[in-house]
Amino acid sequence: MVTVEIKTKISSLDERINAMALQGESPLGTQEYFVNMGPQHPSTHGVLRLVLKLDGETVREIIPVLGYIHRGMEKKAETLGYRQQVHLTDRLDYLCSVMNNWVVSAVVEKAAKIEINDRIQTIRTIFAELQRVQSHLLWWGVFGMDLGAFTPFLYGFRDREKITKIFEETIGARLTMNYIQPGGLMYDIHPDFVKDVKAMISYMKPMFKEYDELVSGNIIIQERLKNVGILDAQSAVALGASGPVLRASGVAHDLRKIKPYGVYEKVDFSIPIGTVGDCWDRYSVRMLEMRESLKIIEQLIDSIPEGKHLTMKPGAKIRPPAGIYYEQMETARGIFGVFLHSDGSEKPSRVHYRTPNFHNLWCLTKIAPGGRIGDLVSIISSLDVVVPDIDR
Amino acid sequence: MGVTPQLSKISQQSPSVFDLHSAHKKEGPALLTSIDALVNWARSNSLWPLTFGTSCCAIEVMMAAGAAHHDLARFGAEVARPSPRQADLLVVAGTIVKKMAPRLRTLYDQMAEPKYVIATGACAISGGPFIYDSYSTVRGAHEIIPVDVYVPGCPPRPEAFFYGLLTLQKMIRDGESLRRPGVRKAPVMAALPPGITMEDLRAELIKGAKGATT
Repeated sequence: MVTVEIKTKISSLDERINAMALQGESPLGTQEYFVNMGPQHPSTHGVLRLVLKLDGETVREIIPVLGYIHRGMEKKAETLGYRQQVHLTDRLDYLCSVMNNWVVSAVVEKAAKIEINDRIQTIRTIFAELQRVQSHLLWWGVFGMDLGAFTPFLYGFRDREKITKIFEETIGARLTMNYIQPGGLMYDIHPDFVKDVKAMISYMKPMFKEYDELVSGNIIIQERLKNVGILDAQSAVALGASGPVLRASGVAHDLRKIKPYGVYEKVDFSIPIGTVGDCWDRYSVRMLEMRESLKIIEQLIDSIPEGKHLTMKPGAKIRPPAGIYYEQMETARGIFGVFLHSDGSEKPSRVHYRTPNFHNLWCLTKIAPGGRIGDLVSIISSLDVVVPDIDR
Repeated sequence: MGVTPQLSKISQQSPSVFDLHSAHKKEGPALLTSIDALVNWARSNSLWPLTFGTSCCAIEVMMAAGAAHHDLARFGAEVARPSPRQADLLVVAGTIVKKMAPRLRTLYDQMAEPKYVIATGACAISGGPFIYDSYSTVRGAHEIIPVDVYVPGCPPRPEAFFYGLLTLQKMIRDGESLRRPGVRKAPVMAALPPGITMEDLRAELIKGAKGATT
């Protein structure tokens, strides 16, 4: 008698196909293949190239290939004086240019022992927070577009333009600000600055509710983001992630709280953290961060102290004593650090940038494998990478 | 080639669209020249840009092209295509480095004729802030692909980008005919005083670079 084994367990189609493919019996069995994503791809936010090892629709491995916008900034920084370092950092993470300016100014101030006053610190903090909102608004718009919704793009860019106008009024630039310099600021604030910022805050506050009604409450968005691309806290720390990506994984690490700079210790704000570490947490952390940033600006805008906007002679040469200096701050994407090696001359002998996006990108290699290729776009977008910041 | 186009000349020469009188003045039978004017008018008002951005300029071009505040649809160029096969306007927005250069050339070659190129920003014009002391930057998009219009700025405002687009539209209306396909005007720089060409500027830059290194 021949006994026939009957499998009673009802499994999903995927499981059955995979099991059969392992034994080499299935006509539906898949095989692994490679696909290039980028460097010319609308969802990679620039010229990032990802080599995907796929099995059917499932991502098995991701190999990021960098260098398509490597401009040799660190080498070029060695040929510039300490005062000229500022404008290069505009072009690293161009969405956080003021914050990048601040870090490089802070490290030069620390090296050359330049004192700055409270007015400068307050204005720097306000501008940094304005830019955090601006950067997150752009991310929100592009995130919506990557998921196939065009309306967030229009809303985000419309409201981003209001903050861009404020920047333009004082600084004159819309994107590459070049505003904070060692020893202070390039220009004092515009007379209308306080009024315009207040108008912007009263405009923005109801807008966040609208964003939530429009996008955050949408069931399609939630289904596409929840439990997708889960990054646990341990891996996030091990991979060197920072900023909203790290905080979404449940690690309450924010340099504004841990090691306050500027006037952050005087203001009251909270840092939103996630619980699961999926795309939805990264989304919500950024949405809440924008509200917190407005809260910080509100507390500071009425009490900008009097004083000079530049504490040293404009154009004075800076010669820090020989040594190694490092300063880091929390930009909209994470920790941006500048390492400076001075040999006592007018130019640094080595400059290194610790950029947040480089480390955040590497989380992709941890969280995307095992998921579907359709989820990959939402994961890349939720990490919010800026490619020139990765390649430098 | 041989024609030196300058903004003033273009604005003088460019025939208004259905002005058959000015079309008659050109050589050749009236019918073909009027068809030329019609075809060029149609081409100039339906430019489909490729979504290509490498760095900072891409944000301002996105601001100009997609966002509601400055609406590129007013000029008939809002249909941004991610595939070069479907696009006829390549906006080089951002720095081109040596590793990216062959890819940019491939993208350009994949586009169907007639195709036009706008180089926005200092990096795409000359290397911009990276013109000196950078080992990896290509000094301008013209080293890889032929450029029609340069838009200066770092990054250019959306309005400047529009001005460049309108300049390109003028060039197209004034440009190649059915009997002389592929014959294109020399490149122009948008928002540049008349009488100054890209060659003059480039000579100045090279002189400056030599002065800086010696």
